Amino acid sequence: MYLRTTIKTLNDAFFMALEAIRDNLLRSILTLLGIVIGVFAIIAVMTAIRTLESSINTGLNVFGSDVIFVQKSPVIQMGDHASRRKYWRRPNITYDMALELRDRMLGAEFVSAQDGTGGKTIRFNKESTNPNVGVQGVDEFGLQALNHKLDYGRNFIPEDIEYNRRVVILGTDVIQKLFPFQDPINQTISINGIGFDVIGTLQRKGEMFGQSQDNFVIVPITAYLQYYGSRWTSLGISIKAPDGESFDLTKEEVIDQMRIVRGLGPVDENDFEVTSNDALIDTFGSFTAGIKMFAGAVSVIALVVAGIGIMNIMLVSVSERIKEIGIRKAIGATRNNILFQFLLEAVFLSLIGGVIGVLLGVGAGNMVTLVMKNVAPVIPIDWVFIGLGVCSFIGIVFGIYPAYKAAGLDPIESLRHE
Amino acid sequence: MSLIQVNDLYKIYQMGNTEVRALDGVSVTIEQNEYVSIMGPSGSGKSTLMNLLGCLDTPTSGEFFMDGINVATMGDDELAHIRNKKIGFVFQTFNLLPKSTSLRNVELPLIYNGEIKAHERRDMAIKALTRVNLGDRVSHKPNELSGGQRQRVAVARALVNNPAIILADEPTGNLDSKTGEEIMVLFDELHKQGNTIILVTHEEHIAAHASRVVRLLDGKIAVDEATNRGKK
Repeated sequence: MYLRTTIKTLNDAFFMALEAIRDNLLRSILTLLGIVIGVFAIIAVMTAIRTLESSINTGLNVFGSDVIFVQKSPVIQMGDHASRRKYWRRPNITYDMALELRDRMLGAEFVSAQDGTGGKTIRFNKESTNPNVGVQGVDEFGLQALNHKLDYGRNFIPEDIEYNRRVVILGTDVIQKLFPFQDPINQTISINGIGFDVIGTLQRKGEMFGQSQDNFVIVPITAYLQYYGSRWTSLGISIKAPDGESFDLTKEEVIDQMRIVRGLGPVDENDFEVTSNDALIDTFGSFTAGIKMFAGAVSVIALVVAGIGIMNIMLVSVSERIKEIGIRKAIGATRNNILFQFLLEAVFLSLIGGVIGVLLGVGAGNMVTLVMKNVAPVIPIDWVFIGLGVCSFIGIVFGIYPAYKAAGLDPIESLRHE
Repeated sequence: MSLIQVNDLYKIYQMGNTEVRALDGVSVTIEQNEYVSIMGPSGSGKSTLMNLLGCLDTPTSGEFFMDGINVATMGDDELAHIRNKKIGFVFQTFNLLPKSTSLRNVELPLIYNGEIKAHERRDMAIKALTRVNLGDRVSHKPNELSGGQRQRVAVARALVNNPAIILADEPTGNLDSKTGEEIMVLFDELHKQGNTIILVTHEEHIAAHASRVVRLLDGKIAVDEATNRGKK
C-alpha cells in the first residue's frame, strides 16, 4: 500500500516535472546545454575510440597470430632524436642472420625473413601502375607470417628462394590495374624494369585508416635483396610459436638465440627489438588511454559546471514558484510531494540533456566510420548507461538542495508571496 | 459531535521583546451544514483564525477538534492530509496555477490524495466544474477566463475532494459587485446542498449571506450571533 502510494507520487511528480520543463522551455534548453556538452564529449570520444579499437584489432593483425617479430628498431617509435639515432646505429639484420636464427630455433613452427620497400612502378605490356606500389621480399613462410591469403596460383617453394627466382605474387590493386580482363598467372610483369613471372594472386585485405592494404607485390626475399636491397636494408624476422601456450617461452628463446646470432656479450644491451600483435595493440591502448583520460576530464568539468547550472536554475525556479508551492501545500501537498516534484524536475532536465548528448555523441563518434570505410559503426552501450547514470546522479545531487528548500516552505507565507 | 470544536485557542507571536496575541483565548463551535461569517477589522486576528481553521497553522495552545480529531498537535504532513481531505479553500486572489488548464487545476487536490486513479480524477474534476457551470471551460487556462470564471474554477477545486468545510477568504474581494454576487449565489447553493461554509470577509452585505456571524476584536470573539437570514 505504501509502495503503491509512493509509485503513484513519483508518477504524478513525473508529469508535473514534465509540465514545468515545458512551461519554461527556453530556460530549460539553456540549462540542458551544459549537460549535453558534457555527455557529448565523453560519448563521442568513447564511440570514436571503440570504432578505432575494433578496426585496430582486426586491421592491426599485421602479423599472423602467435607470431613474434624481430627487427632493428621498434615498430612504433616514440622518443627524441637521440634515441632514434641509437636505433639507427645498430647493425643491420642480414639474410645470413635470419638463416642462422632459423637453424637455432628448432622448436619454432617457422622462422621467416622479410623486408619491404615502396614507390615501385609495375608494368605489363603497355599498362603501368603509379610509382607507389610496395614490394615485399619474403620466403615460403612469408604469406603466413604477414597474414596474406593466397587467392589463385601457388605460394613460393624453397627452390624459388634458394635460386633467387624472379617470380611474383600480386596484390589485388595491382591486378585490377594491370589485368582487368585477363588471368595474370604465368604472365610476365616488370618491377622497375626487372621482369618477374606471376605465380599467384592474393585475396583482398581492404583498407585501414583510409589506406589500401592491397597495393603491393611479393617476391622471393633473395631476389628482393639482389635487385632492391641496399647497404641500408635491414630485414625483419617473423618467428611463429608452435602454439599459443608456448608463445612467451618462444619469445624468450628468440631473444636468447638472437643475442648469439648478433654476437652480443653477456652485459651488452639487445641491439634488436621484439614485437608481437599483442604488443602493438598494447601500444595503441596506452595511446588511447591518454585520450580517454582527457575526454573524461573534459566531461567531468562540463558536467560539474552543468550541475551547478541546474542547481542555479532550480533555485530560481523555486523562488519564482513560491506562490505555486503555497497553493499546492494549501490543497494538500506534503513535503515529500513537493520534494519529489522539484527533484524529479532536476533529474529529468539532466536526463533529457543526457539523452541528447548521447545521441549527438554516438553520431559524432561514428563519423570516424565515414573516413575509414571498412569499420563498422559502434554504439558503446556501457558508456551510454554510464552517461545517463551520471546525469541522473547530477540531477539528484544538484537538485536536492533546491527541492529541499521548496519542500520546507511555509504554506501561509508562500500563499502571501507575490 | 460538532464538526469544529475550538476551545481556548491562543496564537502568540514573539516580535522582538513584545508579545503579540493574535488569538487570545478563542472558543467556537461550528456544526455540520452551518454557514458562518468571520468578520473583524484588520489586526483583529481573523486571518490567524482562518489559517488555524484551515489547518495551515498550529496554535500556540488550545484545543482544536475537527470531526473529533485533535488537529492542534499535528505535524506538517498530517496537516497536509487533513487539508487535502477535509478542507476546500477559496482565496481572494483565486490562487490557480496560471499555466495549467481548469481541469488540471481542479484535479490537483485529487492528485495529492494519492488514492484516486487518473481517469477517476478526470471524471470527478469535470463533475465539479459542471457544478459551477464551467463544464465548457475545461481546457481553458486561467488567463483565458474572466475573474468570475476563475473564482468558480477555484470553487470547483475546493469542492472536488468533497471536503467537510469550504473555507472562503474574501472570495469576492477581487471581483466587481455583480460577479461577486454571482459567486455568493453559488455559495448559497452549495450551502443548500449540504456543505459547511466558513466565510472570512469585512463586507457586511457579503457576511449577510451567512446564517451566523462571528465578530473578532483584538484576538477575542466580540460577538457571535445569528444574522437576519439565520433568524428566519
